[in-house]
Amino acid sequence: MKNVLIKLLKNKFALTGLTVITLLIVVALFAPVISPYTPSEQNVFERLQSPSINHIFGTDDLGRDVFTRMIFGARISLAVGFISVFIILVIGTFLGIISGYYGGKIDYIIMRFTDIVLCFPTFFLIILVIAFIEPNIYNVMIVIGVTSWPGLARLVRAEVLSLKEREFILVSKMMAISNIKIFFVHILPNIISPLMVYSSLAIGGAILTESALSFLGLGVQPPMPSWGQILTSGKDYIYMAWWLSLFPGIAILVTVLAFNLVGEAIRDIFDPKEENIK
Amino acid sequence: MYYFIKRIISSIPILIGITIITFFIMHITPGKPTDSITDMNMKVTAEAKERLQQLYGLDKPFYVQYADWLKRLVVFDFGNSFKDSRSARDKIFERLPATILLNVLSLFFICLISIPLGIYCAIKKDSFADKSITILLFISYSVPSFWLALMFMILFGVQLGWLPISGLVSFDFDTMNIFEKIFDITKHLILPVAVSVIVSLASLSRYTRSGMLEVLKQDYIKTAYAKGLTEKQVIFKHALKNTLLPMITIIGLSIPGLIGGSFIFETIFSYPGIGRLGYEAVMARDYPIVMGIATLTAILTLLGNIIADILYTYADPRIKYK
Repeated sequence: MKNVLIKLLKNKFALTGLTVITLLIVVALFAPVISPYTPSEQNVFERLQSPSINHIFGTDDLGRDVFTRMIFGARISLAVGFISVFIILVIGTFLGIISGYYGGKIDYIIMRFTDIVLCFPTFFLIILVIAFIEPNIYNVMIVIGVTSWPGLARLVRAEVLSLKEREFILVSKMMAISNIKIFFVHILPNIISPLMVYSSLAIGGAILTESALSFLGLGVQPPMPSWGQILTSGKDYIYMAWWLSLFPGIAILVTVLAFNLVGEAIRDIFDPKEENIK
Repeated sequence: MYYFIKRIISSIPILIGITIITFFIMHITPGKPTDSITDMNMKVTAEAKERLQQLYGLDKPFYVQYADWLKRLVVFDFGNSFKDSRSARDKIFERLPATILLNVLSLFFICLISIPLGIYCAIKKDSFADKSITILLFISYSVPSFWLALMFMILFGVQLGWLPISGLVSFDFDTMNIFEKIFDITKHLILPVAVSVIVSLASLSRYTRSGMLEVLKQDYIKTAYAKGLTEKQVIFKHALKNTLLPMITIIGLSIPGLIGGSFIFETIFSYPGIGRLGYEAVMARDYPIVMGIATLTAILTLLGNIIADILYTYADPRIKYK
């Protein structure tokens, strides 16, 4: 594990990504300290001001400071990213291990269910559910989590299928070690690298989904600041206030890119094929 | 042919599952569709509400409603829209061509751009060009599609005024002659297609790149080089075909993503396809339309995957499905 971290820090892409992520976490944690205003502080006299020294990213339609709202928005994006991916990991890994390890009817049922969920465009499935329950940050996390696991379940199943034929698993079984113990002690540590790659890419995906939902009015609700939501107000004022659309979009792009770069770098480190070439 | 039939039969449980899930989601969620009619009207009595629910069959037990719905589904009868009482089937089918047009065009341009890009990167592996393209692809993969759409609208629609930013046709479409009509539609399609293509470029070109690299390591490529063939001949005659084969499956798998993206693009660009219809229907709790679209997109996806599988077996004789 230590080696992985050292290799990651040596990789330029990964280093950039990790730096951005660390910075974002710091900003999110210390949001009230860093931000010059409060996120819901309105000032009707300073409506829709273009970027200036007082408001470096300008103000929105209610005279709120966009920079402050974006700093607080980082909290939302990161929280949604990490928590929804945690839910995906729990469901996807569990179903994948069960399906691959036990095989037979259980495998058939779980995989057909996975196929069914995969047939729906995930984003449509998400707006479908969100629209009918109350849209708020918690529901957004849960819905992204419970609709986005099929890809991971398939991935884990494939890994487990090849793992369970290996000697150490066969021996563990012969020694009558409980299945639960085999899952946690022998299988989970061996699939940790694909899980890390998957999580990193999925966090980026979840952040994109949250911002798209908030943009459509189905995500985080006002007055809670979210990047997607600032963009929505930008949409209403595209003729006169470009800064409302530009900055939050760049923030989303940079954040998602950072997670994708890290994910890709981990993939490169763990991928034995690539190492053969070198 | 035998495989074809078997593949269709094996997808029937999935099809039934799709309908159950759609139906289930619609019914576990709070809020009745009749609420949108009754909530706004203070004069509606509890009795009138019940009558209205009876009219739409909402008072029957879950499984009866499902069975009723399934019977009609066979002929794509999704019921009538709660909004304007028009047949949901008609409303969906009149919007479907626009969405198919958008997605087919996007898919065409995605293949046209990403495959050569991936091949180029594989041939020039680790060069400056390869690395720059990789970074650009990463950015395109990370960019929020709705934001890119917004930026394009501001730049090309508002600032430069080159392209229309919403709809599929102009207001005076009916008065145009055939060439003007084609030109008008093309103009309206450029921005949505461009956004859709840009955000979906990355995965296919990355797959092409790694697939090509894999193929280039094979013995028969070494043999081809040893025979004294030029690089061009080796790449285009020997390597390309084997790289493109797995792409069939990947393109098939990308269909739900494209349709999912339509919900965003179509809403932003006010594009008259099923994506925007679906979004509006979800917001208005228009059950028949939502269930119709969910079922239809899932069936289209399933069909896309089946076609991809069949094409794959046809194209690659080494693959034999049991």
